[in-house]
Amino acid sequence: MIGSLDTAILQQLWWILVSVVGSLFLFLTFVQGGQTLLWQVAKNDIEKNLVINSLGRKWELTFTTLVLFGGALFAAFPKFYSTSFGGAYWVWILILFTFVLQAVSYEFRKKPGNLFGAATYEAFLFINGAVGILLIGAAVGTFFTGSNFTLDAFNRVTWTNPLRGLEAAFNLFNLAMGLFLVFNARALGAMFLVNNINFSGVPQLEERIRKSCLQSLICALPFLVIILAYVLFWDGFGFDQNGVVSIESQKYFTSLMKTPLLFVQLLAGLALVILGVFLTSFKASKAGIWFGGLGTVFVGLTVFFLAGFNDTPFYPSKVDLQSSLTIYNASSSHFTLTAMTYVAMVIPLVLAYIAHVWYHMGKLSVADVQDGESY
Amino acid sequence: MDGVDLATVDWARYQFALTAMYHWLFVPITLGLSFLCAFFETIYVRTGKEEWKNTAKFWMTLFGINFAVGVATGIIMEFEFGTNWSNYSWMVGDIFGAPLAIEGIVAFFLEATFFAVMFFGWNRVSKGFHLLATWIVAIGSNLSALWILVANGWMQYPTGMAFNPDTVRYEMQNFWEVLFSPVAMAKFTHTTSTSFIVGSLFVISVSSWYLLKGRHLEMARKSILVASVFGLISTVYAGITGDQSAYVNADKQPMKLAAYEGYYKGETNADIVAFGIINRDKKPGDNQDPFVVSIKIPGILGMMATRGFGNFLPGIDDLVYGNAERGLLPAADKISRGRQAINDLTAYKEAKKSGDQAAAEASLTKFKENQSFMGYGYLQKPEDIVPPVALNFYAFHTMVGLSVVFLLVFVIFLRGAVKNTLMSSHVRLFLGFISFFLAMIASQAGWIVAEVGRQPWAIQDMLPVNAATTNIGAGSVQTTFFLFLIIFTALLVAEIRIMTKQIQHGPEGV
Repeated sequence: MIGSLDTAILQQLWWILVSVVGSLFLFLTFVQGGQTLLWQVAKNDIEKNLVINSLGRKWELTFTTLVLFGGALFAAFPKFYSTSFGGAYWVWILILFTFVLQAVSYEFRKKPGNLFGAATYEAFLFINGAVGILLIGAAVGTFFTGSNFTLDAFNRVTWTNPLRGLEAAFNLFNLAMGLFLVFNARALGAMFLVNNINFSGVPQLEERIRKSCLQSLICALPFLVIILAYVLFWDGFGFDQNGVVSIESQKYFTSLMKTPLLFVQLLAGLALVILGVFLTSFKASKAGIWFGGLGTVFVGLTVFFLAGFNDTPFYPSKVDLQSSLTIYNASSSHFTLTAMTYVAMVIPLVLAYIAHVWYHMGKLSVADVQDGESY
Repeated sequence: MDGVDLATVDWARYQFALTAMYHWLFVPITLGLSFLCAFFETIYVRTGKEEWKNTAKFWMTLFGINFAVGVATGIIMEFEFGTNWSNYSWMVGDIFGAPLAIEGIVAFFLEATFFAVMFFGWNRVSKGFHLLATWIVAIGSNLSALWILVANGWMQYPTGMAFNPDTVRYEMQNFWEVLFSPVAMAKFTHTTSTSFIVGSLFVISVSSWYLLKGRHLEMARKSILVASVFGLISTVYAGITGDQSAYVNADKQPMKLAAYEGYYKGETNADIVAFGIINRDKKPGDNQDPFVVSIKIPGILGMMATRGFGNFLPGIDDLVYGNAERGLLPAADKISRGRQAINDLTAYKEAKKSGDQAAAEASLTKFKENQSFMGYGYLQKPEDIVPPVALNFYAFHTMVGLSVVFLLVFVIFLRGAVKNTLMSSHVRLFLGFISFFLAMIASQAGWIVAEVGRQPWAIQDMLPVNAATTNIGAGSVQTTFFLFLIIFTALLVAEIRIMTKQIQHGPEGV
């Protein structure tokens, strides 16, 4: 059934799937956002434990989604995997490094004999939330600003910038992308904590978290303006029917106009995030995270679709345009994409049991972090 | 390969070895202990006795501490394929990427989701649902092992694929051949069963320590009882799967088998070396004895490796220099044919680029004559196909020798637990205590055989490590090597300290 589909259809389908996983990851960065809020909103041990334990029941979902994002890219677009990971070496290594720190921090933070003390593990969580997300944003930014690589006839990558990927973080657009994600994650983190914690006995914590949500949005806005200005006015990369890549003026703006649905999705996404913040900071509602989360997924999808569809190379090379990766030249074979599509059919089941467990694990109260079974 | 210097290749290998070996300190405990936790909790649910719940909870605490470091060291490995082995990622990503993605979809989410229930759900979900969550964590962990070991099995025995000269990569042709390849299956069954041994010995080791200290006697005895039954069954099964692994090695990777047996001159009814000290001056092709001292058992190697009598088993010399009588090509021929294949492929790509259809066709036809030897074209000399013999020999024999010790440990501990005589012998308890550390050695040794035994290949006969590496320069890889060495060592030390504190503290109420 799936095997009879055109390769191009499968390539597009897999770009959509990768985009969905990537966008869900951006939603789940509420964990990282929450980690950076810790010092700002939690003023004593009980409050800290509430924040950490609330995030600590979800961190593995975010982590696993990142791993799946990598795995899906490897399986569906292996040329991206080999080019970007092998080329932009340092940016990816540093991102991974912050996730290594995160992986032990929840479990080790409060355990006796943890060698470095709770504050160190809290610092690890902050590094993961701030530096990790900033660099992920910068790396995603290079989907639009391009990178410094060439590919030879055997598709072996040569990176022409000695900073090996870290140069991405010194570009205004990439930096804006990274900082926007950091502050968006913080806003989401606040929305999630408001939703997940039962604040009876700790009303000040709720007040601080709700306030931080608005603050985070305000901090994110200037970076959003930079991103939008770039997308609307600057030139981008495109390719013609022969696959020849060139610079096209206002490429991304044209794409948005050509696909009104994308434009609507972007606006709806931003509106939903703002609604989430509004509900969290100005109302007593606990539902902000669902709006903020959905909004983030919409914005993420727009970003990935703009990068990959409408005859746009999703991983352009600045130094050799024809080395740029498109979803058509970077993908797996028809056979592998077909096999993987069958496997992907279990994803709804995965989402269903995650939702089921999420629902059953309920809210977190002060008593829960004092029972000896908490982080 | 042009452009990638040998120092980069070596550092990329050291780094992978470092991260894999650290990762493997934690994973086998996770794979084994997850099932033991599920057993303990099942007994609790069936009997309703609180002491079993406390026993389950205690081992789960240790499981959780261990699991965290396993996750931390694991993420690096997935992305290392891209960062340090980018040529590999492109050449075989079409096949290798799939199991990694499937691992994420079908296994990691199971673990991640139900892990939270297992640890924080005691008062939030029903008894039955909690038990289900614990079982799912165990099954999910072992499912993730299945997919990554399928990927590894494919590197040992590449199957179900074909080379595409236009994309310059290998592409998948048959998913089931990849999944159910005999090597992949042997890898999965042997790795998981030996991990159950490690998990069981972890429980026996900690419990023996309690008994030596005279603490938590009843919990220790019950834990030993369950762990020694699980361990004993696993050891028998590991023996069967180990034998199967050696058999598929002989068939698919005869050089690996020859290396870990220190076996140079091929013969029929080959002898097995039960114990030996390698002669360090021995080189392939010379007439020196491979061993300074050795105890041989006649005919056994040939029988085990070929499952029959009178069959020829090729040795290192036959594989390097060829054996016309047995139809084995010399490696030198394979190398020159491989170089020819690379040249023809390059000519094909150039002709295609310049639009010369006729020349492209001609080069492609020539390429196809030698394409199965392409990987050999990246080697310098015939002896390059020989992995380090001494390291493989000692690692293999350490692994096998220790497995006999484990079998004994499980038998005597099972007997002691059943007869309630565990406290009668401190020597036995001391043996139980150190057995876990021996298991760690055996487990690491096993992976040395699997991975070093495959050298110089990243993918057997297809892609040598020097053609698989990212062209990044030794400096960057060296820096990340030390970065990971420092952070992983720090985490290991912290983990051991936390673990020992928890063990000293002991379980609640038992």
